[in-house]
Parts: sequence; structure tokens; C-alpha cells
Amino acid sequence: MNETAPIQSPAIEQPLSPWRLFWRRLRQRRIAMLGGVILVVLYLVALFAGFVAPYRYDHLDTNYSFHPPIWPKPQGFHLVVPRYEPGNGAFIYRLVPNGTKPLRFFIRGDRYKLFGFIPATIHLFGTRDPNYPVYLLGTDQFGRDVLSRLLYGSQISLSIGIIGILLSFTFGMIIGGISGYFSGWTDTVIMRLCELIMSIPALYLIISLRNTFPPGMSSARVYAMIVVILSFIGWASMARVIRGMTLSLREQQFVLAARALGQSHLKVIVRHILPNTFSYVIVAATLSVPYYILGEVVLSFLGVGIQEPNASWGNMLTAAQNTEYLQNYPWLLAPGAAIFVTVLAFNFLGDGLRDAADTKSL
Amino acid sequence: MWSYLFKRLLHMVPLLLGVSLLTFLLMALSPGNYYTALQQNPQISPDTIARLKAQFHLDQPWYVQYIYWLENVLRGNFGYSMAYHIPATSLIIARLWNTFLLSFFALIIAWGVAVPLGIWAAVKRGSWVDHGCSFIAFVGLSVPDVLLSLLALWFAAATGWFPVGGAESPLHDFMSPAQQIWDRVHHLILPAIVLASSDLAGIMRRMRSCLLDTLRAEYVTAARARGLGEGWVVWKHALRNAINPLLTIFGYSLAALLSGAFIVENIMAWPGLGRLTMEAFFAKDSYLVVDCVVMATGLLVAGNFIADLLLAWSDPRIRLK
Repeated sequence: MNETAPIQSPAIEQPLSPWRLFWRRLRQRRIAMLGGVILVVLYLVALFAGFVAPYRYDHLDTNYSFHPPIWPKPQGFHLVVPRYEPGNGAFIYRLVPNGTKPLRFFIRGDRYKLFGFIPATIHLFGTRDPNYPVYLLGTDQFGRDVLSRLLYGSQISLSIGIIGILLSFTFGMIIGGISGYFSGWTDTVIMRLCELIMSIPALYLIISLRNTFPPGMSSARVYAMIVVILSFIGWASMARVIRGMTLSLREQQFVLAARALGQSHLKVIVRHILPNTFSYVIVAATLSVPYYILGEVVLSFLGVGIQEPNASWGNMLTAAQNTEYLQNYPWLLAPGAAIFVTVLAFNFLGDGLRDAADTKSL
Repeated sequence: MWSYLFKRLLHMVPLLLGVSLLTFLLMALSPGNYYTALQQNPQISPDTIARLKAQFHLDQPWYVQYIYWLENVLRGNFGYSMAYHIPATSLIIARLWNTFLLSFFALIIAWGVAVPLGIWAAVKRGSWVDHGCSFIAFVGLSVPDVLLSLLALWFAAATGWFPVGGAESPLHDFMSPAQQIWDRVHHLILPAIVLASSDLAGIMRRMRSCLLDTLRAEYVTAARARGLGEGWVVWKHALRNAINPLLTIFGYSLAALLSGAFIVENIMAWPGLGRLTMEAFFAKDSYLVVDCVVMATGLLVAGNFIADLLLAWSDPRIRLK
């Protein structure tokens, strides 16, 4: 607020800015705040995935395939990790009595790169002893820690949603703004194109787009490809709505004034028209992020997205498609639970944002 | 009414043409085709490959291929599946029918459950029924189809009540007609429920909010003031007007349904269009991919047309325009 004013009469209350008002309305919605907090935690954990994960995503331990979850137990003032031995038969493990190791924090372990460029070896927890693994969510068919892969996978699955939304909504807003502002044949061409894209069932379009990329790309290129594919589909619905809003906004006084002052078309669209659609865009973006996350999940699940040994929530679930695995090793479904929590949190937050942005229904 | 429907019908033609052109262009951009793999095989002479390519016009530029393809499709011939070595038409029709069956039953389940629940939640607004429904809706909106399909597989395998994937049992051909029908239905139930539950939440929420809007309207108050029973007021006055906005989301829900069917088919081994698309994709059978995409779009466009029809039937303002 205005802090330069030296004296302020306490009797006069400053009117709240629209953003402050919005924030206050949002704060009143417990569920929305809960969703927001969950998301902050999820993204923070994803950011520090290498540190939080006890192992690297490709850390193999072939003696421990399909190991059930190992949970540390309290013993005195310590948490201790029990030890299991491979028993007779396929993937049966026996508890070794009295064989425990204390769980330690901030220990050295696998090498990783924090934020992708700082080399580090410190991990949040572990036992230091490779004979005493800590598999909080069990292991997969190659004996890789599911929790570690889940955390590394969250870096891909969670960031694709945000980057995809940023890209497609930026394009959608600009193209929609241009379409509504200029109308005429520009509008007709753009809107027909939108209808075309929207009339193809999304996953069929995703697969035909995937077809245009060669198989066997590096993981960084696959990541970029998924973002491009999802954005190619996502901009259309945004552009349609923004176009509709622009049609009514461009007749408003302030837009006419900006044009009368001789501002360029682009400046009028970007500086004067589009900011007025922001409250809608933010709500729509929050509610659309899940679709982008699910898009990546489905692509990777079907084997045409992120490839092994890199982890993503989608390609981790591929193993669960085997009903025998699924019945005996249900912890393979952990990525599914992670997706569910993420999508639920986005829906909670998005719903709250929509209610908070809707100032008419007080 | 008829001129309106005719206009909608005409609108579909350029749309389908555009979709087929777009998918064809995407196919042309894709690196390699079915014969790229064959060329690696030393047992097949380059002459044979050149002959086969010429037979399917693969040596021509993509727009020439498109014209050939379009000409054939208009005659009801979807070409020849290079990977399956059978005419694509029979393959696609069978798969299309399966996808239609799955989506149709899912649609019936979703609307059959969602509409009454939505009405119930709106009438009992603020009660535990309402809160329970909105909780189910939130969960339903957030469970990904992938997870739900996997859970359904798990359920089928663990209980043995339902077959694990597929559309018919291996002994299907040896059954009596009644058994055959039951066999199909038995295989259909679980995928249809999975598909329906992803769609259910959205419809239920929409139904509730639409009915709440009309329940606040003055003509409803007027109906109550005249002493009509509450059931009559809701059924005859409020609900009739709440249905129209609901029908407009019919089209959207269909699009979501077809994408959901793609996932369910691939996980639960339901031999529909989505599964065929993936099979054709991995076999690099590009024409078949195009055919599938166009057919799926056709299904969606046809569904939207039916939605328009329903809307025109229920709302005179639209059909008289």
C-alpha cells in the first residue's frame, strides 16, 4: 500500500487492492489452502529430489527385486532399520532377527546433481551400509527403490505440467487476443484451426503427433517433445475463450482510449486487453495443469514418452500393468497414488481460486 | 428444425476433411514408414520393396497419397493394413464397433448415475448427501484413468468375478447365442464402469449447479406459492429447464469419454480403436493410424451432432433460430 504517506488517519481505512481482496477470499477457503500447501510441498520435494531420495533413480540392487517396503522402527531413542534376507523361492524375504542398523540422517551416498548442476553426495537419510537398505516404498522388478524413482519422476511429471501450461497458455492468449482484436478473416482462419484441433479426441491427436518424432531420442529431447505436443493441443481451447473475452473488451472505453493515443495493435492487445483476462486465465491454468501431467503419464505409460532408466510417474506404472506383479507387489501402484494426490491438490486449489475470483457471489 | 440440422450436418464435412488432411500431413512428416524396416531385411529385394511402395503410392508426395486415400475412403475402402495384411476396412469397423459399445455403455452408466445423484444433491443442498456427493465428485475428478484401470485389473484378478482384459473369452465361438451375449456383457462391465466413473463427477457437479440455478428462479417460487408439491415443482418446473445447459456438456463429455476409452482399451486389452491406434503406431502402419484418428474424430463429431439434435429437441429457441 501507500507507505510514503507520512501521516495516516487510522479512521480512514484504505480500500484493498483487487489482489489483496482476492487473497483474502482465497484464505477463507480451507480446502483451497490445503491444496496449495500440498502443492508447495510436492514442488519443493521435487526440487530437492536428489537430496531427499535415499538412492539414485538408476541404483540397481538385483538381489532385492520386488522387495516389500522396509520401515525403520523406533528402538530407544533411535530409529533402526531391520534387515531382510532373500529366502527360498521367488522374491520372498525373511526378517533377520536382531540384525538392525540405526537410521542416520545427512549421510553420504549416491552421487547426484542438486538442481541439475551442483554435484552432491549428501542424502537426507540412510544407513551407510549397503547390506541394510531402506526401501520405504519397496523395490521394483530390477531392485530399484520405488521411493527414489518416485521422487526423481516427480521432477519430470510435475514440471511438465507447469512448463506445458506456460507455453500453451501464452500462445493461446496471444493468438486468441489477435483473433478477437482483428476479427475478419484472421479470426475465421484461427477459429477454424482451433475447432479442427479440438474436434480430434486428444489422445488420438497426441499419438499422431508423437508419430512425427523419431523413436529413440535422448531423454531431454523426449521431455521437450512432450511439452511441444501437449502445448500444440492445449492452446486451442484457451485461444477460443480469450478471443470471446477480447471481442467484448476491445469495445471498452480504455481500449478505445489506448488506440486513440496511437498505441500499436500489439501493445493494445498485450498491455490493455490481455491483463483483463488474467483472473480467468489463472483459474483455467490451475485446473488444466492436471491434464498436462496426465498427458505425460499416459505417453510414458504407453512406452512412447520418457524412457527407462529415467523415471517418470507414467513409465513406473507400466510395470503395474502386469496383473501378477500387481497382485503380489501392490506398492508398484505408488506413482498412481502420487498422481492422484497431485491432481486432487490442483483441483482443490483451482476450485478455490475460481470461487475467490468470482466476486459476484459474495 | 430440419434446416438447422442440415446446416450442422454440412458443417461436419469440411471438419472431417480438415482432420484427415492434418493427420495425413503429420503422417507425412513422420520419419520412416512400414517399409523402412523391411529395407533392413536382406531377404527382401529392393525391387520388391519398390513394387510394394508403388502399389500403395508411398513413392508419391504426400498430397498425392492423400488424394488417393480420400478417393478410396469415399468409396468405403480404408486401404490395406500393411502390418495385418488384411483390408483395413474390416479391421477398423470391428474395432470401431467395440469402441462404440464401450463408450455407449459407459455413457449410459455415467449419465444414469450422475443425473439422479446431481438432482438429489441439489434438492438436499447442504445436507450430508450433498457433501458426500461433492466429495465423490472431487475424488472422481482426480483419479486418473490409468490408475483406475489398473485398480480394476487388480480387482478382476484378485476376485475372479470379472475376466482380466479382452472382449470375449477364448471359447466364445463355441457358445450358444445367449451365452455369447452374456460373455460379451461380462467382459464389457468392468471397462465400462471404469470409463464411466471418470466422466461421472463432471456431469454430477454440472447437474447440481444447473438445478440449483433454476430452483432459485422466480417461476419456481411462483409454482411453490401456488401450493404445488415439492416433487412436482422440481420435476416439472425446475428440472425441465436445468436439462438444457446439461445437454451442451454432452459433447464435451463425449470427447473426454473417447480419450478415456483410449486409455482403458490399452490397459484392459479391450480391442477398440485406441488399442488399434497404438498397435498400428508401433508397427509403423501409418495409413492405419490415420484411419483410426479419422474414425475416432468421426465418432466424436457424430456424437456432437446427436448432442445438437437433443438440444434442438429440448429447446425450441435453438430449433426455431
